[in-house]
Amino acid sequence: MNAWIRIAAATAVAGAALLGCGKKDEGAPASGASGPAATASPASGDVILIGHVAPLSGGDAHLGKDNENGARLAADEINAAGGVKVGGKVYRVEILGEDDKSDPKEGTLAAQKLVDAGVVGVVGHLNSGSSIPASKIYADADVVQISPSSTAVKYTDQGFKTTFRVVANDRQQGTAMANYAIDGMKAKTVAIVDDRTAYGQGLVDVVQGVVKGRGVTVVAREFTDDKASDFSAILTKIRATKPDVIIYGGMDDTAGPMAKQLHQLGIKAPMMAGDGACSPEFIKLAGDGADMLTCSRAGEAVEHLPRGEQFVAKYKAKFGSDVQVYAPYAYDAVYVIVDAIRRAGSLDRKAIVAAVAATDYDGLTGHIDFDPKGDLKNGAISMYHVQDGKLNYLSTTR
Amino acid sequence: MSSFDTLLQQVFNGLVLGSLYALIALGYTMVYGIVNLINFAHGDVLMIGALTALSAITLAHGLLPALPGWGLLVVGMLAAMPACVLLSLVIERVAYRPLRHAPRLAPLITAIGVSILLQTVAMIIWGRNHLSYPQLLPADPIDIGPATVTATKLLVIALSAVVMVALLILVQRTRLGRAMRATAENPRVASLMGVNPNAVIAATFAIGAALAAIAGVMYASVYSVAHFYMGFIPGLKAFTAAVLGGIGNIPGAMLGGILLGLIEALGAGYIGDLTGGVFGSNYQDVFAFIVLCGVLILRPSGLLGERVADRA
Repeated sequence: MNAWIRIAAATAVAGAALLGCGKKDEGAPASGASGPAATASPASGDVILIGHVAPLSGGDAHLGKDNENGARLAADEINAAGGVKVGGKVYRVEILGEDDKSDPKEGTLAAQKLVDAGVVGVVGHLNSGSSIPASKIYADADVVQISPSSTAVKYTDQGFKTTFRVVANDRQQGTAMANYAIDGMKAKTVAIVDDRTAYGQGLVDVVQGVVKGRGVTVVAREFTDDKASDFSAILTKIRATKPDVIIYGGMDDTAGPMAKQLHQLGIKAPMMAGDGACSPEFIKLAGDGADMLTCSRAGEAVEHLPRGEQFVAKYKAKFGSDVQVYAPYAYDAVYVIVDAIRRAGSLDRKAIVAAVAATDYDGLTGHIDFDPKGDLKNGAISMYHVQDGKLNYLSTTR
Repeated sequence: MSSFDTLLQQVFNGLVLGSLYALIALGYTMVYGIVNLINFAHGDVLMIGALTALSAITLAHGLLPALPGWGLLVVGMLAAMPACVLLSLVIERVAYRPLRHAPRLAPLITAIGVSILLQTVAMIIWGRNHLSYPQLLPADPIDIGPATVTATKLLVIALSAVVMVALLILVQRTRLGRAMRATAENPRVASLMGVNPNAVIAATFAIGAALAAIAGVMYASVYSVAHFYMGFIPGLKAFTAAVLGGIGNIPGAMLGGILLGLIEALGAGYIGDLTGGVFGSNYQDVFAFIVLCGVLILRPSGLLGERVADRA
């Protein structure tokens, strides 16, 4: 018996070691990818720390990694070009990456951790549900927060001076989706499903308001959650109502299996989703059901940006994977913060916030300046359609 | 489409989900029946099964591209079942057997620890992204009368029915089954009668793990995704199903699983209509747990549970 207890203890120790490895694994790319001088201690005074928060584990991990890669690419470029000069001293930019697991609670913890670590600004978070509660923490600490992907209307509606985003919001996105469903897809009836997150629900609430205002009937309003895998019950219910279009507010890890199950239930109505599901990952997960999707992104189409092709190629060469959705926006968000630091000529948090508010910057994703709320002025919504397993660009509205 | 057709479709959806729950619940209930342990790592054994099968399928597809989808599915099952059985035997030997005579809480906490360990190991091996599960059987909708089904879903129902019948025969008609029942009743007396309780308990874990492997491969095939924490939710639901049917009771686990699947599907489909739109499909889980509470209040030992919950 004693021998077995010893083995059990040994296993527990091995397990703890493995857990430790897992953590180290998360930290390794953080220091490894930030360039040759990554060994420099953040406290050594010649480093500007910029935080980045996105899910690096769980269902949205691929999107989170995509955003983080975008931010790292920008930091590496800035460092390669000689860093940032503030008050006669040259600083390197370092990205401090945190994982919020798409969870609002984890998001606030990550925010506090970054504030305590002394970041001058934060790029993130990815999910609106995580960005919204975290924005209070950043506001209290005067840390500027620029989200490259949170589109929920509420994010900038809270009235914080530190809250910005470099994508369009869901008022614009939901309106564009609703108009496209009616004008482009000739929908007379729609069924609406959401994943009960701040993003999913907020987006389709806007869609629902616009379609109802234009005389289209909402024949079903159903709910799932962001960790669900079985949608057959709600889809069967929707099938009986025969909608022209099924609109989903949620991310690609649920939208993909949902599209597949739509196909398996013999539903022919096309599906429509927002930016959370407008990714190559959706196509992978949806299988045979992918071709029925029309989706939107809250920004210019990458392939139509002047430097877009170049960015996609550079990204692929560096990280060995394709751009998912918002990496170009995370990339620009880092540049916006650095641009603000240069104009402010100081690393004072309040001065940086004021400088970001006055941004007038031509980035990869277009011209960036903010309205008083922190929303991107003149934000674009691009529509895409999946055909033969590829996302095809359709049109852009502003 | 008439409302009756929709009802039939919902019943079919519920049967598919319920069959999966039943397969997993059997593993919980068998182990509980014999050692009175709620094996919370069971859902993660299912996850390991699904991911091992995925690796085996990918490998087999690379080596033999001509192998048809059902052949790959068989390969996946054949890889997953021994892997899960082995894993489960190791877990039983290392984590549970030393604690068999310890207070009840100790093995329960160990089980939760094993669950976390398995998830972490799986995250290290297979990564943290959702993995797309290959389409092994044709996913094209087949119309059977008013209901639309797919080959994979039909296989789920057929497979669980076969497995359950086989399990009942095993427990009721074979030597091993008799030994299992004897050990469940009283391990000491059973060992006086020439039964080796350790072997019987190990066999129980092995059978439960094989069922979890089948369930894992089928679960991932039906929903076409696999990831390192995929075992958590089905594990929890199957545990609920086992309690609903009467934990420790094999037909109870089957009944509980099927019932829970039906409740979830019909709940999501009709709760809005029944309550005049006050509650929507967002209350589907609540609905399932209200039924569970009701059953446990009226019959604390579950629907088919014979023993009163004196040990709880």
